[in-house]
Amino acid sequence: MNQEQPDLLRASEPRQPGASAALPVRAARNGQAVLLADIPSLDIEDFRQGVIRASLQHRRVAALFGAGEAEGVRLYSVVAGDGEGQLYLASSLVKGDAYPSMVDECPQIHLFERELFEQWGIRPEGHPWLKPVRFGDSRRTGNANASNSIGVMDFYQVDGEEVHEVAVGPVHAGVIEPGHFRFQCHGEEVLHLEISLGYQHRGIEQAMLANPPKRALPYMETVAGDTTIGHASAYCQLTEALGQSSVSARAYALRAIALELERLANHVGGLGALANDVGYLPTASFCGRLRGDFLNLTAALCGSRFGRGLIRPGGVGFDVRADECSKLLERLDTTQRDVKNAVNLLWEANSVQARFEGTGTLTQQQAEQLGLVGVVARACGLERDIRHDFPAGFFRLAQIPVSVAQSGDVFARAYVRWLEIQRSYAFVREQIQMLPVGTVRRACNPLLPNRLCVSLVEGWRGEICHAAITDAEGRLSSYKIVDPSFHNWMGLAMALRNQQISDFPLCNKSFDLSYCGHDL
Amino acid sequence: MIKAILSRVQQGHRTYAYPAQPPNLPDHFRGAPSLDATRCTEGCRQCLEVCPTDALRLDGTRLALDMGRCLFCTECTSACPTGAVTLTREYRLAARRRDDLIVDGAFEPRRKALEERTRKLFGRSLKLRQVSAGGCNACESDVNVLGTLVFDLGRFGIQMVASPRHADGLLVTGPVTENMSLALQKTYDAVPSPKIVIAVGACAIAGGPYIGHSQVRNGVDNTLPVDLYVPGCPPHPYTILDGLLGLLDRLEERASFARNAV
Repeated sequence: MNQEQPDLLRASEPRQPGASAALPVRAARNGQAVLLADIPSLDIEDFRQGVIRASLQHRRVAALFGAGEAEGVRLYSVVAGDGEGQLYLASSLVKGDAYPSMVDECPQIHLFERELFEQWGIRPEGHPWLKPVRFGDSRRTGNANASNSIGVMDFYQVDGEEVHEVAVGPVHAGVIEPGHFRFQCHGEEVLHLEISLGYQHRGIEQAMLANPPKRALPYMETVAGDTTIGHASAYCQLTEALGQSSVSARAYALRAIALELERLANHVGGLGALANDVGYLPTASFCGRLRGDFLNLTAALCGSRFGRGLIRPGGVGFDVRADECSKLLERLDTTQRDVKNAVNLLWEANSVQARFEGTGTLTQQQAEQLGLVGVVARACGLERDIRHDFPAGFFRLAQIPVSVAQSGDVFARAYVRWLEIQRSYAFVREQIQMLPVGTVRRACNPLLPNRLCVSLVEGWRGEICHAAITDAEGRLSSYKIVDPSFHNWMGLAMALRNQQISDFPLCNKSFDLSYCGHDL
Repeated sequence: MIKAILSRVQQGHRTYAYPAQPPNLPDHFRGAPSLDATRCTEGCRQCLEVCPTDALRLDGTRLALDMGRCLFCTECTSACPTGAVTLTREYRLAARRRDDLIVDGAFEPRRKALEERTRKLFGRSLKLRQVSAGGCNACESDVNVLGTLVFDLGRFGIQMVASPRHADGLLVTGPVTENMSLALQKTYDAVPSPKIVIAVGACAIAGGPYIGHSQVRNGVDNTLPVDLYVPGCPPHPYTILDGLLGLLDRLEERASFARNAV
């Protein structure tokens, strides 16, 4: 365990409640549309303090994004108070081309500030690592920050005897998405890993502002194709809130079932891939098949293994008949029986445990400072789960216990997955048996004007955050998507420090992050 | 060790008897479109208006759907008041020519094998390098799944390899983002000739939901010559497998071989 106290903590010293005047914020629930006029517009110093203090109060920055205005760029901060069930919103207009960076006091926003710089050309002065995020996502004409060709930038380098550099990607050996990884190694030991992404950038956020929004759902379903249900649910929750449209209990239940099936498929596949990365082939082979069986359960609901066409504004696109429910239950039970059998092999094989334990360890403190979310955060002992902290939709009626492990290593990330598999299975089983009756889709109202709404969903990787702003005509004028991977990639880089470079595939798989979800 | 063996017994033999038996597809499976323009009422443009990717076109009275652009999202079938546009359960969608993806009536599978020379070279052993060029990880996942024991791609002599230098061709997913175009070109250049290119999914064929974005190149064939198009968003694994086997002209042979073996 890494016991050293990084200097990042120095900002926590003046931590006395009430030491300074409370800063105005607008509190909101998950999926609550708020009038723009109700969001306090702070001067940049107060805005900074609001963000910096959040991390000292054990709150997180769920999103920090810009929206173009006539006089400059307006920054919006969305601070999440886990355990309080509240989101805190504030804004500040940046008129010039720069503002003082917050990274020193609040490291978890490092990537948000880089993103703001790339998109809007506003420089966070004092940011120590101001590199491109996606190589090309400028949103302001005259943005002085013209982006470089992809991958062309100054990489962090270590010099010294026997120090060498390993560059991997964007095209990798497996059937996976592209990204570039630079390792600074001393022998086998990784001193530093730098992850440079952007290869998957497709321009979704800007395209979401098209009118009419004919492609909104296809975009949402392919933000990260393995998280079709998660992102589509976040979007639908948002448009329903902005239109004050109602959704039936049956539709909410079907969405929750689909979300948990997505988690089951990906977690089972993930455990199989972890087994593969340590050369334990029985579980790798069994789980490869079983992942498909869960995907096929989603296909039984809607015809698509990834749930395309299932989540729709106002409800779901497909209903399920009573006889289909009993078939689903039967298939769910036989699949789960085989999953249990395949996964338990992992915990009983000493050779697997020897490779899982103590590999790629993150401390709880690191996880908190980096603002990690989802499985990765829970594997460090942080109880962060949107289904529990910010319940929306069906999770207001039915709870799933939060799955936590303490050791922060590959084992913990694998074990949290296994706990979640069991709990999601129990949840899906119960909900299929007692589906509420009623219609599955209702008509949606047009969006209300001049609102901001934040929608959170606990996808299988972690917190999915969508934030939308409507203009005076009720059209989308800003759409922000924060995939859990956006928070977590830095966690992988930190986990690799002082590890064997040969453990990279194992560590990488234990995080299982999305490239396109980051690159959008 | 003994537990692993006992597990092997419980998990059983799971490789599906395809192609000897037709694949078991889900009830709501959305396959090839079928169009019947005689049902169209005059002046009705409802399907065209809702299509997110402009896959449907109406020239005079001829209604046509470009499967290469289609996301199989059911917007058109739900919007059509007369049932002129429907999605069938046909999963054999792959075609060698881009034009063969355009459907203007009932759909017939349009499989066609490689030319004799390349088929002789690759027919019994095809090594492919997969490149994701902006793919959302759905097509990638359903290509990956072909390697699992359910589909067991290896039994057909097809294998995904780690290096383009070891490959006979590329299997590309994604709309080809600007940021991946150079890497895709370099990977293609690294494959020894003769080589083939397979475009899997709506994105790789025409750009998918991202058609027209300045950040993408609207599909693989604007960068590389394509030998096989596999439509779908994402295509079902059996659609991909059918396309690969059709390309190598192995379907009939494998089917009869499997029947004899059973």
